[in-house]
Amino acid sequence: MDSIVEIELWRLLAAYIFLVLLLVITWRLGVGREKEIVISAFRMTVQLIVMGYVLVSVFQVNHMFISLGIFALMEVFAIRNVYSSIKVKINVKLRRVIVFSMLLGTGIPVFFFLVLVINVNPWYEARYFIPIAGMVIGNSMTGIALGAERLINGMKAKREWVEGALMLGATPFHAAKAVVNDAFNAAILPTINSMVGMGIVFLPGMMVGQILSGVSPLVAIEYQIAIMLGILGSISLTVYILMQFGYKSFFNQWSQLEI
Amino acid sequence: MFTFKNVRYRNILGIEDLTIPAFQTTCIVGESGSGKTTLLKLLNNLLTCDQGEIFYKGKDIARLDPVRLRREVVMLPQTPLIFPGTVKDNLLAGLYFAEKPLVEGDLLIAMLDRMRLKKDLAHNAAELSGGEKQRLAICRIMLMEPEVFLLDEPTSALDDSTEEMAIEKLIEFARQKNKTLVMITHSKNIARQYGELIITLREGKISGIEEAEVKYG
Repeated sequence: MDSIVEIELWRLLAAYIFLVLLLVITWRLGVGREKEIVISAFRMTVQLIVMGYVLVSVFQVNHMFISLGIFALMEVFAIRNVYSSIKVKINVKLRRVIVFSMLLGTGIPVFFFLVLVINVNPWYEARYFIPIAGMVIGNSMTGIALGAERLINGMKAKREWVEGALMLGATPFHAAKAVVNDAFNAAILPTINSMVGMGIVFLPGMMVGQILSGVSPLVAIEYQIAIMLGILGSISLTVYILMQFGYKSFFNQWSQLEI
Repeated sequence: MFTFKNVRYRNILGIEDLTIPAFQTTCIVGESGSGKTTLLKLLNNLLTCDQGEIFYKGKDIARLDPVRLRREVVMLPQTPLIFPGTVKDNLLAGLYFAEKPLVEGDLLIAMLDRMRLKKDLAHNAAELSGGEKQRLAICRIMLMEPEVFLLDEPTSALDDSTEEMAIEKLIEFARQKNKTLVMITHSKNIARQYGELIITLREGKISGIEEAEVKYG
C-alpha cells in the first residue's frame, strides 16, 4: 500500500480557506466572534506545530523518563481540566480521590495495553506510549468529570434520602448506593453508546490516521478495537475507584452527611 | 436512657442538664426553630454537639459506633421517606438498611392493619397519600423493633382522629415491647395525653420539664 501523500505548504495554507469562510459568515451574521475565532485558530496552529517538533525529538531520544514525564504532564492537565469542568464546588477529600483514581485508573490500563496487548518493546517506546496514554487519559478525564459532577449533584438532590437511610441504621455505603450507581452509569454510558455507532456513523480518529498513513484497514481496526476496549477498561476502572472512595468524602467520622 | 451534660450545638441548642428516661414516652414541644429536631438528631448522633457530652445507657455517644447506635436508636423524620418501589419494599427498607433479617408477608400485613393501612403489599408506594406514607414509615420502624424510637412529628400529615389512632398504636407497641419513645409534637394536647415527660424548648433552651402520670395504657 502507498505511503501517505505529503501535504505541500501552500496546499496546507489553502485549507485555511475554511477559516476565512467561517469569518465571513460570522461577520455577515454580526455574531461578533471574529476575534475569538482567529485566536483559537492561531492557538491550534501554534500548539500543533510545537507538539509536532516536540514529538519528533521525543521519538528520537525515546527515553523512559521522557515518556513517563509526558505521562505525568498529561495527568496534571487532565486533572486540572476535571476540576475546572465541574461547575459545582468539589470538597478537598473528593479532589484527592479524583487524583488517585486518575493515576491508578489510567496507569494500569496503559501499561497493560502496552505490555500485554500490543507487546511493544521497550514498553516506553514513545511512538506507542504517548498517543495511547493520551487517548486513555483524555477519555477517562471526560468520564470522571461526568461521574464526579453527577455524584456531587446526586448527593445534594438525594440528601433527604441519604440522611433518611442513615436514620434507619444504614452504613454510608448503603445510604449512598443509589446515588453512586447513578453516577457510575452516567459516566460510562457515553462510551458504551459511542461503541454502538463506531464504524458505521463515524470512523474513529486513530483508525483514520493509520489508514491515511498507509496501514491496512484490517490492521487499523485491530488497533481500534484494542484501544476502544482499553479506553472502556480505563473509564470503568477510573470511575469505579472514584465511586468506591468518593462517596466517603461526603461523610464525616460519625457517618454524618456533610455537604 | 439519655443524659445531657452541658451540651451546646452551635447557637441552636444549649442544654445544661437533662435526663430522658428509659421505657417511657417523652414528648418534646416548642415553637418552630426552638431546636426540637436538633435535640432529636443529637440522640442518634446524626449531629454531634460542639461542647459537652451526651450519654446513651451511660456511654458517651461520640465514642459509640454511629451506625450501631442508629440501629438501636431509630429516627423517623418529619417528612416520611418513601423509596422507589412497592409498599413491601418500603416496609422492609429499615430492616434492609439495618442489616436485620427480613420478615415475611403475614407479619407485614399485620403491621399495616395495626396502622389501619389497607394497601396491597405490591402497591406502588409513590402513589400513596401523604398520610398513608406517614403511616407506612411508622410501620417500617415498628418492624425494626429498636430500643428507642425517635419521632419527629410522626403524625403531622394525618387528620385528628387518624393521628390519635396512629400515636396510640405506636405507644401501645412501644410499651408492649418495653421500648423508649421520644417524640416531637406540635400539639400540646398530644403531649399532655401521652407524654410521661414533657420537655418544652424555647429558643434552644429548656423552658420547662413536666412529669405526668400515665394517662393511657
